[in-house]
Amino acid sequence: MMEAEALSKRFGTIEAAREVSFMARDGEITGLLGANGAGKSTCLRMLYGVLTPDSGRASVDGIDILGETSKARAHLGVLPHAAGLYNNLSARENIEYFGALHGMRRRTLRPRIAELTQALGMEEFIERRAKGFSQGQRIKVALARALVHNPGNVVLDEPTNGLDVMAIRNLREMLLALKAQGRCVLFSSHVMQEVAALCDRVVIIGRGRVLADATVTEIRGRRGASSLEEAFLQVLGNSEGVS
Amino acid sequence: MRTLFCVFRKEFLDNLRDRRTLLSAIIFGPLFGPMLFGLMISRMLEQSAVESDEPLKITISGSGYAPGLTRFLEAQGAQLTKKEFTELQARAAVRAGHETPVIVMVPKEYPQLFSASSPAPVLLFADSADSQTRKIAERARQFLNAYGTMIAQQRLQIRGVNPTLAVPVAVNEADVATPSGRAVVVLGFMTYFVLFAVLMGGLYLAIDSTAGERERGSLEALLSLPVSRSALVGGKILATCAYMCISLALSLAAFVVAFRFVPLERFGMSANLGFGTALLCFLICLPFVPLGATLMTLVASFTRTYREAQTYLSMVLLIPTLPIAFASIYSLKTKGPLMFIPSLSQHLLMTSVLKDESLPVLDILVSGAASIGLAGLLFVMTARHWRRETMLG
Repeated sequence: MMEAEALSKRFGTIEAAREVSFMARDGEITGLLGANGAGKSTCLRMLYGVLTPDSGRASVDGIDILGETSKARAHLGVLPHAAGLYNNLSARENIEYFGALHGMRRRTLRPRIAELTQALGMEEFIERRAKGFSQGQRIKVALARALVHNPGNVVLDEPTNGLDVMAIRNLREMLLALKAQGRCVLFSSHVMQEVAALCDRVVIIGRGRVLADATVTEIRGRRGASSLEEAFLQVLGNSEGVS
Repeated sequence: MRTLFCVFRKEFLDNLRDRRTLLSAIIFGPLFGPMLFGLMISRMLEQSAVESDEPLKITISGSGYAPGLTRFLEAQGAQLTKKEFTELQARAAVRAGHETPVIVMVPKEYPQLFSASSPAPVLLFADSADSQTRKIAERARQFLNAYGTMIAQQRLQIRGVNPTLAVPVAVNEADVATPSGRAVVVLGFMTYFVLFAVLMGGLYLAIDSTAGERERGSLEALLSLPVSRSALVGGKILATCAYMCISLALSLAAFVVAFRFVPLERFGMSANLGFGTALLCFLICLPFVPLGATLMTLVASFTRTYREAQTYLSMVLLIPTLPIAFASIYSLKTKGPLMFIPSLSQHLLMTSVLKDESLPVLDILVSGAASIGLAGLLFVMTARHWRRETMLG
């Protein structure tokens, strides 16, 4: 479970987040939907504690991310917007490195990586160096790296960017699998169809503020719109540029 | 501590597989200096050999017209080759380098003018554009002038005139360049290359572990891990240090080998770079390693891309030159207060070691402590920068 409570953040004159509050529950996929520059990444970054909010509080499983950063992060797997790999290391070594930094010992790390390799279908390239990996392969390794310590909560910032149709489909299955395991999944996107297809709850963000926070059916019902697309557009106002 | 070691191991391994890092740490950094050094020394040797040791080789044409001159040149130790040329042939031969670099030609009117005590012509063919043979031509000219002076004095004496009347001014030239003075230039060169190699060894790792991490997009994932940022950057700096130590050791080893092949004694320098001296130099330079590593990591941490980092760090590479240039301009000696200045202190200490001068242990300790202290300060700054959220870029 992850919770944002009235998070505000300013960069100079730009108000990137204004009193943002939402909750991502266990066993659900929560989508953070918004146009480019709406403040999605800023919110997520405050949630996993690489940005300090000017005011407000973020917590993971009830643990304050700023007060007990390390403890909160142990419950959290992060796939940032830029999820680059170390090209000179093999897929396994990339994952091992993050596992070791999480404090995992070799004897727990080995079976865990074997498990992830199988779950994500990485058998073919697990021993290969990351140089020359396809986007799809990269995202699998990056996801495995984020999940290596078996966190109850997963944050993904625009994970489908740059992926082809097959890879997006794969990723979707992976996220559904995480949900089925009872984890709390929170991901951001500017692609409406993606959010509609996958999420239990949608938090719509525009100009640094939460515009709507509800289940997909609720949004549709409340607006009385015939299609989901129409409902979203009503919430956002036409100028937000969500595709 | 575990984080520190974990990061160190990963960075070390990662860069071991990186051709660019290896090239600069193992090939370019450590070997560039000794190679240039060897080249420079052997060139100096070549020139000095031409100056004095080898007998002067001259081809002489028309020696039959001037037996006195020919005997004189032979008596001076010149190796004469007698061969007849026309003027055109002589020009062509010198220019093409077929014969000796210098040809002396005695024309057939020489004997007549010589016995009439008129100026008798002697032609000297040499190529002044060729820097290697310029010295040879100079020596041949000196020989001919000496012969001329000798004959002039004899003629004056025969006519009852004191020959010294023809020498109104006696110029005595004194070359004050001492062998050790020349050595300072050469040794300053060498110590610079050792310090340069140290920095080169860690250059790419410092870039790769900071700007590189940001450019390839792995930084944010790393920063969102439950680890201390100081340990993170500490591990990176430690790995940089490791490569720099390798570079330092290789560089000194290369210099030991280079010194073996260069007979420095001929310049009046002591070729005092054996295994023991190299080890002492290694210890003297060791405190410079963490200083260079933290400095490069700090500078690279502020940059966004590989390219930007390279630009700024190439300026950092110049830092050790400044004090060394300063030292050679003012010919500074190893003195207490100077030991507080990193790179200058290492340069002075190494120069002293190479010149076989005695070293106060206190100087070595002060030099080391100053460098390590500064490194510690820079590390605190680096760690603080890594804790800022602007690190994300």
